[in-house]
Order: sequence, then C-alpha cells, then structure tokens
Amino acid sequence: MNKLKQTKNIIITKPQKLDCGKEISNFPISYETYGTLNEKRDNAILVFHALTGDQFASGKNPITNKDGWWSYALGSGKAIDTEKFFVICANVIGGCMGSYGPSTIDEETGKPIGTNFPVITINDMVNAQYNLLEHFEIDKLYAVIGGSMGGMQVLQFVSNFPDKAHIAIPIACTSSHSAQNIAFNELGRQAILADTNWKSGFYEENKISPDKGLAVARMAAHITYLSKKGLQEKFGRKLQERDDLKFSFDADFQIESYLRYQGSVFVDRFDANSYLYITRAMDYFDLSKQFNGSLSAAFSKTTSKFFVISFTSDWLYPTAENREIVIALNAIGADVGFVEIESDKGHDSFLLDVPDFLDTLGNFLKTNYKTVNEKRI
Amino acid sequence: MKKEFKVISELILQNSKVLDVGCGDGELMKFLKDNKTSKIRGLEISKNKVQNCLSKGLTVIEGNAENDLQQFPNNSFDFVILSQTLQAFLDPEKVISELLRVGKKAIVTIPNFGYWKVRLNLLIKGTMPVTENLPNEWYNTPNLHMCTIRDFFNFCSKREIKIFKSLALKNDKTLNLSSKNLAWRNLESQLGIFLIEK
Repeated sequence: MNKLKQTKNIIITKPQKLDCGKEISNFPISYETYGTLNEKRDNAILVFHALTGDQFASGKNPITNKDGWWSYALGSGKAIDTEKFFVICANVIGGCMGSYGPSTIDEETGKPIGTNFPVITINDMVNAQYNLLEHFEIDKLYAVIGGSMGGMQVLQFVSNFPDKAHIAIPIACTSSHSAQNIAFNELGRQAILADTNWKSGFYEENKISPDKGLAVARMAAHITYLSKKGLQEKFGRKLQERDDLKFSFDADFQIESYLRYQGSVFVDRFDANSYLYITRAMDYFDLSKQFNGSLSAAFSKTTSKFFVISFTSDWLYPTAENREIVIALNAIGADVGFVEIESDKGHDSFLLDVPDFLDTLGNFLKTNYKTVNEKRI
Repeated sequence: MKKEFKVISELILQNSKVLDVGCGDGELMKFLKDNKTSKIRGLEISKNKVQNCLSKGLTVIEGNAENDLQQFPNNSFDFVILSQTLQAFLDPEKVISELLRVGKKAIVTIPNFGYWKVRLNLLIKGTMPVTENLPNEWYNTPNLHMCTIRDFFNFCSKREIKIFKSLALKNDKTLNLSSKNLAWRNLESQLGIFLIEK
C-alpha cells in the first residue's frame, strides 16, 4: 500500500458532523483530476464512484496497473470529454485508496483504525467530497455524474446542494436501497465476518487479512452485476481447460474459474473493512426517508437539469427504481430526461462499452454545455 | 417541417409550459423551443428516438402515454400535444382524459377516416383503406381506433369537452372547421386539429 502515498490528497480541517453523530476533522480525501479547469472555472464535472471504485476513473490506475474503472466513458474524445471538461473524482470516505477510512492509520495508536471507524452514510461521503469545490475554487459544477452507488451520491449531492450543479446524471441507481439490495450486501458482509482472519476488523495489525471472505463477497456481488443472458452467452456450460467433468469440486466450469479469478484479484486491491463500511452506507441510503417519505421534497429546491439512465438487463437497480426518481422529479416540474438503454450486460452496463449509452451521454453533455454557456452570456 | 407542426405551434402561446406526447425525433419540440418556449418536455415510447432527442438537448422521458402520463400532476402544463397517435392507443378515451388532466389545454390531431379517398377505397375496392396518410394494411397497422373528424366532434360533445378551436388540413392548406361546414370538411380534409379543454 506504499503506492498510496503517491495519490493526491487534501486534508479537510473543517469539522464534519456525521449522520451517526460523531464529528470528524483533519481527515484526508484522495482525488484525481482529468482535463483542465478553464479560466471561467465552469467546465468542472464531479464524478462519483461506485462500491468498489476509486479516484482512478480514467487512464492507468497506479495501484492495479489496469485501466481506470470508467475508461470507456471518460477521457480525451470520450463521452465525458477531458479535452473539454475538467473532471474530479475522489475516493469516498470509508474507502481504501487514500481517503479517510478503516485502513487509515490512527495517529495516536500508530495502527489502522479498523472497526473503530464510524459507520458512515452516502450523505457523509457527499458532504466530505463537497470540500473539493472549495479546494478548486469552483462556484458551480457543470455536472455531477455517477453510476450505481455513484448515482446515489449524485441524488444526495443535488439534494444537499441544490444550486451547485447545472446537470445531474444519476445512472443505474435507486433512491432507496431495496430489501434485495440489502440482502446481497449482507451476504457479502457475512462472508467477510465468517473468515477467521477478520479478527473483528483488527486484522491489519496482525499482518493478515480475510481474503477468502472478501473474495466470496466479491464473487457473490459480481453475479448481481451481470445478467443471466450475458452470463449464458459468455460462459454457458463451457468447461475450463478440460474435456469432461472431473467429479470433484475444482473449477470444472468456466464461470466458476471466472468468478474465482474475480475474487482473487479483488482482494489485492480492496480492503475488507472498507467493503463492510461502504455496503452499510448503501444499505442505509433512503433519500425519501430523509424527507419524511417524500422523494420529491428531496429535490424541491433543485435547479439542476436531470438525466436519469437505466439499463434493460439491470436487475440490481432495475428501470422501475430509476423511474421512481423520474416520477418524483416530474411531480415537482423539474427538468428531467430519462431513457432506458438496451443492453444485456446487466448492472455493469454503465462501466462497459455500450455505444448507445456512451453516445447519448456524450451528446447530452456536449449540447447542454453550449446552452448553459449561452444562458450565462 | 410538416405543415401540421406549423399549425400546432401557432396555437401555442409564447413562454407557456408544453408537453409533447409521442414527440418522436423531437422535430416539433425543437421548433417550439427555438421559437415559442424553453419550457418544453417530451414523452416518447421509442428508445432510439428518446436517445436522439436527449442528444439534441431536448428534455424527453421514455414512456407510454397510457401508463406514464399519470406521473404528472394536474394542470402541470399549459398545453399538451398529441399528434396523430390517438388512434393507436388501446384506450383513447382514457388518454384524452389524462391529457386534459395534465394540461390546461390539449392539442389533438387526428388522421381523418372520413376523407373521401378513404371512403372511396372501402366503397369501390371493398378492402380496408390504404392511403398516403394511412399506409398500412389492416393486419400490420398500429391504428386500433380510427375515427373521423365528425366522430371526434361527437365524442367531445358527449364527454362535455370544450373545443376551443378546430382546423382541418387539406393538402397542406389550413381550413377553418366548425359545426356548420363539418360535413364538407369531413369529406375533403386529411387531418383534423383540435384545441380542447375540459
């Protein structure tokens, strides 16, 4: 984790009151930027990452040496065009890529904070990242964009800061985590807690880590990111480097081998405690509850133009849940566009090469940037 | 641009709030946005068309008028437009009442089944009419509930819907339309345009 020292950080000195009641201050936020902030400082986009994402949205991720998680959508000439826009992406608090989280070293003890880290919420994540606007002296963002948990942060952001973004694009998300969502997250957490290496969250000081539990959590979650059709087409019942079944519990099928691989590479880049904290934050997310059951009320002061996007084969955050956001916005006459993109790549569609999605997103950002500028003149 | 759209846009007041139901590629929306009002929204069932509209910066929601109008509050628009799609709904009566709930006024245009070429087609050939305006065969037409200009007049009076203004299009020529010239207009025009109010 020494490479983490190379990430860009700001230290938030201002105290922040968390939803759990605790107050934090002097904590780090790690971030990355892409493109150049123009003179008018009006071309900034804040991108929020999903559960296992990080600040390295584009280019090479220096920790994994792989392409950034949103390389298909973000970069020079891409949908979120860094020739035009200045993009900021920060690691959420609770994360493990340099921002304040359970693997941050507690200065008093010299040990990782572990499960002494407070339970945080999507609201806490958004409030922490809001400090970046001040840091970059940006009065108003051109856009806030995010998929999955990133989309939840978009919704929370416009609710908390109704006049701080011209455009809001929540993608493949929900305004309230469903029982099914919570159930899958609980499955992942239980896999981690069941690993004897977890040690109530204080594993790092013992120089061990609950890799097996975390890998199982990732494997289970990974299934929820894909569609049945996509899995069937890619893997079917194909066997893994063998001509016949081996009558054992080896990975006979390609899908088994694939999931095991996904689990094993995940543990190299992700912290088990962060997985617990971030999934908890997602489960606690219920924007309408914050406004006495009225989702419309969450957006009553907003001036943003919304573009809600869902995918046909996403069963984790299905179209119906995305549509609820649209309905709530329509009920208050907000400016909201909505489309469900055809794709058999499941929830992960927003991360993958889905041309209809990327083209529409790109054109939407480009066209509206012109309009926003014209209005200002 | 289609003559029909020009006529519709003339019915719309400057800076009013408009919903275009079944907005297609957004041709009318774009024209209204550039010339009449920035407060314009669209509802469209085809994904590709919605993507096109959004790419052009138009605010459009993917959805079906029969199910998705219910999300809009009462009187949330000054005008709701429904261009040549009333006949394609399973329940046109419900759609009309939704249009008049969501909009203070509605502009509905209908392809006229009373047009003389349509009548002649059925009379002479004895087959379901196929014309320039109604190009499909009976087995593949999306039109479930064709009506004539007179039918729509009768429907409005039965349901106590006020017809604020009515016009007919005959070969791209705009004609005034009233109960006095109804019989003739119903024969000579391809399209009826109605500005209605509950």
